[in-house]
Amino acid sequence: MNYLSPTPRDFYRKYFSHFMMGILALLSCIALVPFIAISFFIIQKGWDGLSLGFFTEIPAPPAEGGGGMGNALLGSAVIVGMASLLGIPWGMGAGIFMSEYPGQKLGRILRFTIDLLTTVPSIVVGIFIYHLVVIHYGFSAFAGALALCVIMLPIVAKSTEEILRLVPQHIREAGLALGLPRWRVIINILIPGTYSMLITGVILAIARIAGETAPLLFTSLGNQFYAQNLSEPTSTLPVQIYEFAKSGFKELESLAWSGALVLIVFVFLVNLTVRSILFLYKRRMEK
Amino acid sequence: MKTDTVLLQIKNLKAYFSSTLVLKDISLDVSTNKVVALIGPSGCGKSTFIRCLNRMHEETPEAHVQGEVILNKQNIYAPSADPVLIRRKVGMVFQKPNPFPGMSIFDNVALGLRLLGIRKRSVLEEKVHSSLVQAALWNEVKNILKRPGTSLSGGQQQRLCIARTLATTPSVILMDEPTSALDPVSTMRIEELIRHLVQTVTVVIVTHNMQQASRISDNTAFLLNGELVEYEKTSRLFTNPSDPRTEQYITGRFG
Amino acid sequence: MPLPKLFNSYPKIKEIHISDRLFFHILQILALLVLAAFAALVLLIFLESIPALKKFGVSFFFNPEWDSWKEDFGALAMVWGTFISSILALLIAVPISIGVALFLNELAPVWLAKPLNFCLEMLAAIPSIVYGLWGLFVLAPIIRSPIQEFLGKYFSFLPFFKGPQYGIGMMSAAVVLAIMIIPTISSICKEVFRSIPSSHKEAVLGIGATKWEMLKTAVLTGGRAGIIGACIMGLGRALGETMAVTMVIGNKPSLSLSLFEPAQTMASILANQYAEADSALHLSSLTAVALALFIISLIVNSSSFILVWNTQKKFSRG
Repeated sequence: MNYLSPTPRDFYRKYFSHFMMGILALLSCIALVPFIAISFFIIQKGWDGLSLGFFTEIPAPPAEGGGGMGNALLGSAVIVGMASLLGIPWGMGAGIFMSEYPGQKLGRILRFTIDLLTTVPSIVVGIFIYHLVVIHYGFSAFAGALALCVIMLPIVAKSTEEILRLVPQHIREAGLALGLPRWRVIINILIPGTYSMLITGVILAIARIAGETAPLLFTSLGNQFYAQNLSEPTSTLPVQIYEFAKSGFKELESLAWSGALVLIVFVFLVNLTVRSILFLYKRRMEK
Repeated sequence: MKTDTVLLQIKNLKAYFSSTLVLKDISLDVSTNKVVALIGPSGCGKSTFIRCLNRMHEETPEAHVQGEVILNKQNIYAPSADPVLIRRKVGMVFQKPNPFPGMSIFDNVALGLRLLGIRKRSVLEEKVHSSLVQAALWNEVKNILKRPGTSLSGGQQQRLCIARTLATTPSVILMDEPTSALDPVSTMRIEELIRHLVQTVTVVIVTHNMQQASRISDNTAFLLNGELVEYEKTSRLFTNPSDPRTEQYITGRFG
Repeated sequence: MPLPKLFNSYPKIKEIHISDRLFFHILQILALLVLAAFAALVLLIFLESIPALKKFGVSFFFNPEWDSWKEDFGALAMVWGTFISSILALLIAVPISIGVALFLNELAPVWLAKPLNFCLEMLAAIPSIVYGLWGLFVLAPIIRSPIQEFLGKYFSFLPFFKGPQYGIGMMSAAVVLAIMIIPTISSICKEVFRSIPSSHKEAVLGIGATKWEMLKTAVLTGGRAGIIGACIMGLGRALGETMAVTMVIGNKPSLSLSLFEPAQTMASILANQYAEADSALHLSSLTAVALALFIISLIVNSSSFILVWNTQKKFSRG
């Protein structure tokens, strides 16, 4: 009796299984197509417009061509910077509160609120800031920063909480046993120990808000020139890409592509940085 | 031992995890309708060894196998051999009882048959019945066949897993420390079951419990650091081991 | 022998008490500020939408008109556009995402899985404005010709493929959304599949199942709740997505069945009209749309959290 002789049904099952594995591989290839297509077109259409002037000049009138997105880049940097100055300490504070004071009722409510906050569509955050600030003080870089801060807040808080929770309890107890007050344990032991991980969480949050468009549409609005102060409408890279893309002028569209290239390279570099930080951290841990 | 028919012949088996050699050139014969126990300290390769006997080892990423395992004159590692067909003839019971989640007791046993294309309700019922009877579980579950398999107690779950394996009428059943997660009473029932099963199938069982090995097995193999130290009749291995390392292990010197 | 520095600077009992309390209170204030911000968000949006809700009542959500000249506002077309575009996106994205997740977890060798994973993570990190730009100038022309041309030629007897072929419209929006949610769905599916113990998979293989039968029984059936959760999470992301959709959907409120037609979603009408609303009622109606969008994404996202979380807990308990 031959144990291993397949029946026709076994053949069918075997080849059907192979067929399905092929389908899975095919689906993976399909998922890869957009990434390749997007990268390819952004580089192809955006590369020519990149020059020193792109980073310093303001957009030229469409008929003249040329010009740059210096004002938008500066505006983005200022707004993202302000949002980070506000959002990082705020978010980290909330994250520390959630992980280090677990018995608190407020902590549970906070975690729930943060979860809800992550689900708010970013355009709704823009509307919130519009009514909170813009209605009273007009469009400004400050309003834009506030909107981005609200978007950044739950991301930073969650990553801080998750990272601090990875620290085993006995480390905290060891610190307390030295007679350190709790806040010293947090500031001098927990945060330095998880420093590189915390940084990656923050960097990813910054990358995320740097690409946000919707909440800036009616908070910082836009500006054809360099904004003179923080209470003026200020252009940002994503919003200006949007404006130029729907302008209908070839010259501005080409600027938009270059802007997208800059944005995507920024995001790519940030991700590479985060990866290398995590890689080094892991290696240090393994040693 | 020589008069028995050899069912499973393992020749120069080597198993790797990526480039680490975990089984070093093992050869041994398993006779029909016998219980073979594998003992040895943890990490000695017992589990890897039985996982090589139904080609489960290769399901682990970066694991591979060299050598031959001959089941009834056919090498299961021959290029043309299909692991799916082999696993139907060489069943496996795992350390932790693992009924398929979300499936009823009946479906747990019937799945293997359904995969074989058996659709007729009466045939399925008959086979499920006989498998559960064989696994000494029928009386306990005959009225609750629709309940999820995970609702049973640990010992019952493990017998369900044995019934599930029996349903496809294997000639060999591999058991990887099947009682290590169970209480003593459930353990005893499984041991009785194994002695009973061996009338129809051949059992290769990994155990960390030497009393268990001596109670239920006909032959015992002692593995140490991926090497087969000794393979003997159980009665002989435990009373008069020929290798000093075996003696040290069974007298509790290490492991 | 000098005392260790730590000992020298050891604060008195009372000081510890005060410094610890101070630190706690600072954190407490930051936490309360988060609650305050969220409460303010909900409250402001609710208050600002009251005039519109008062004027139109529940019929606001069943009125397909959106006319700022006649001041007749209804959200039905936007709700329709949001759900249709998101559900079409899911139909495209779910099979691909599950396929990718299975491929990465169960099939692909490490040298292939790593770069593929990297591409997916980058796809998730690309800002939506970039998707919009690409969708508008690259994808929409491709959708118009050959895809819509072909469908219009041979399938125009179906209501879905009727009308003029602009490229920009429901179909492009659905495709862009699908591309954007593939990384979301596949990464959660991957987590869910990874939480399925290998003993479950081996148990199925052990009774002589083929690889596909194993995936179907142990992975897809075992992780069903988690997969559904992942899909709902993708749906949540698609519902709230603004920029990419705004740029390719055509921004014309419509209840048409045709995938060729321009449409409008709740998020896209906000992006288009909020900064230049003509009247107080117009602004309030837009805010009411935002309120509805907020509530819908709240419900959709929280149900997905619960589903994914439950699946992972089920398996981690053994």
